[in-house]
Amino acid sequence: MADDGALVRLQGLRKTYNEGLPNAEEVLHGIELAIQPGEFTALIGPSGSGKSTLLNILGLLERGSGGSYHLAGRDVTDFEDDERTHARHEMLGFIFQFHHLLPAFTALENVMLPGLIGHRRGRDGRSNARAAAGIRARAAELLDAVGLHEAYDKKPGELSGGMQQRVAIARALVRAPQLVLADEPTGNLDTHSSDSIFALLRQFNRERGTALLIVTHDPRLAARCDRIVELVDGRIAADQPNAVVVV
Amino acid sequence: MTALGFELTVALRFLREGRMQTALIIGGAAIGVAVIFFITSVLTGVQGDLIRRVTGAQPHVVVKPPEETVAPLIAGRDDAPRVAAVQARPQRLTTIDGWPALARATEMTDGVFAVAPVASGSALGIKGDASRSVVVVGTELERYLRVVRLDEKVKAGVLQLEPGDALIGIELAKDLGAVLGDRFRVQSAQGTSEVFRIRALLDLGSRELNRRYVYTDLRAAQSLLGIPGRITNLDVAVRDIMRADEVAGRLRAQSGQLIESWIQTNNQVFAAINNQNIMTLLIRTFITIVVALGIASVLVVSVVQKRKEIGILRAVGATRRQMLGVFLLQGVMVGIGGALLGSGLGLMLVSLFSRILRNAEGQPLFSLHFDFGLIGIVTFGAAVLGLLAAVLPARNAARLDPAQAIRG
Repeated sequence: MADDGALVRLQGLRKTYNEGLPNAEEVLHGIELAIQPGEFTALIGPSGSGKSTLLNILGLLERGSGGSYHLAGRDVTDFEDDERTHARHEMLGFIFQFHHLLPAFTALENVMLPGLIGHRRGRDGRSNARAAAGIRARAAELLDAVGLHEAYDKKPGELSGGMQQRVAIARALVRAPQLVLADEPTGNLDTHSSDSIFALLRQFNRERGTALLIVTHDPRLAARCDRIVELVDGRIAADQPNAVVVV
Repeated sequence: MTALGFELTVALRFLREGRMQTALIIGGAAIGVAVIFFITSVLTGVQGDLIRRVTGAQPHVVVKPPEETVAPLIAGRDDAPRVAAVQARPQRLTTIDGWPALARATEMTDGVFAVAPVASGSALGIKGDASRSVVVVGTELERYLRVVRLDEKVKAGVLQLEPGDALIGIELAKDLGAVLGDRFRVQSAQGTSEVFRIRALLDLGSRELNRRYVYTDLRAAQSLLGIPGRITNLDVAVRDIMRADEVAGRLRAQSGQLIESWIQTNNQVFAAINNQNIMTLLIRTFITIVVALGIASVLVVSVVQKRKEIGILRAVGATRRQMLGVFLLQGVMVGIGGALLGSGLGLMLVSLFSRILRNAEGQPLFSLHFDFGLIGIVTFGAAVLGLLAAVLPARNAARLDPAQAIRG
């Protein structure tokens, strides 16, 4: 069932907060969702419908309370923290609403960070240095691709909101993940910046075959995705391919 | 930034980002280290000075023949009335028989550094009209130098003890009106006398000793004192002067001789030194605890401040162990930074106070020597301390739930 080529498969996924306590609250009620490699999906729904929770579970930042989760054919439902971290590192990229860059690091370093994690110091210092040079080259290439060739050595505080979000996109892509999860990536940007960010995401999706799941409130943006999933009160209310993709 | 590895890179960056916070905590650690460094240096100097002064020309341990005692005629039952009034016997010049064997056995004893045979007794030093009561110490110079550093006490002349040579205290020379190279006569209580040439003048650390001591060749002293081939005591140097008593106990157990350590003869000084050590140990311990608490509290705050960043790092793939490492390393680096800065500060304090604090003779109370061993120990200790102080904050950081941390 899981081995059907789907990148993501959720089956009967439930999430209850404060489980076992009097104030227990189930926010996701048996989600069934499959995402194919390279799909470009919008996740829409009113506030409090459970979008962020679903995104966190897909991103292995939270665990479901019931049901199962297969990622790239592997059952990750009961993964321990280290395995989840590893899977996250290998397969997933994140773009947050408020970019969430590390203020103490330059733009280039922020993009490099995911590459440096797990980059253990071996006995052979030189191959190590070569690997580091590779990470740097890839980070630079991505920053160029998002149009920030001039901003390598700028700290996030010196960049505009749109530029920060571009850095965050580059960071999400630096390890060539199979799925990028974006939580309102254009939520705090003006329409112009928002359009160009969206165009970038679309471009990476087409050129590199990266699947994206984009949480958005903006119907204009949702209209430009291949597929729209609507979540209402913790249930999938609608899930359909977008007939008329506006590009 | 890539060459250092992930944990160290992030730890360094976090510290740098924390500017004021980092500066304060490193400053705090540095002051603690400086005080410990200073106390240790001063204490070592002052105690060394005190011990040097007290022991002066004394050996650490002296092996003597047992005192001759008078046994009361009726001894034993306590309830029986004592008949005799026991009159202590006048002490003759007693000697150790078969001393070469005893010297070898003593030398082999654990904790003993060096042993020298000594034939010593009182005599009269005479030059012209002047005569002074003196203590003749006859010994083998080469062996004796390993027990008492006479070479450090030479004020004039050269250290040599050929037959007929003598080394005398500077005050005695003055009293006799003698200068280097002069001859003077020494006459023993037994009536024999010998003439010696003054080869060196010694400052033995106290007026009393400087006024009375005459060092001669062993044979000369033996014949002067009428004890040819025999000695009156073995002078012993131990490896650790504060443990002279333990060595004395060991020697006592294995020989029938009378053993006296400098600690016995200077009991009060030793007790004072011991009390000083306990007090400073207490002070150092509390300073260490305060520094550790300071490092821990700053890091606890830092973990709270960096919640979101920790969450992001976890989201992009950093493991719990790596986050633990990031904060443990911060503790270690704060410790090392504080120790290096503190050692520098401590050295400055020592150099300042070595000019101010002086002993009775106007010499500096302690000398400024760059004890890199101490710096090494302090730095290592501070690194370990920083690590321990960081355990709790680092565990908080590692346990943070990334989803919650990012949500803020």
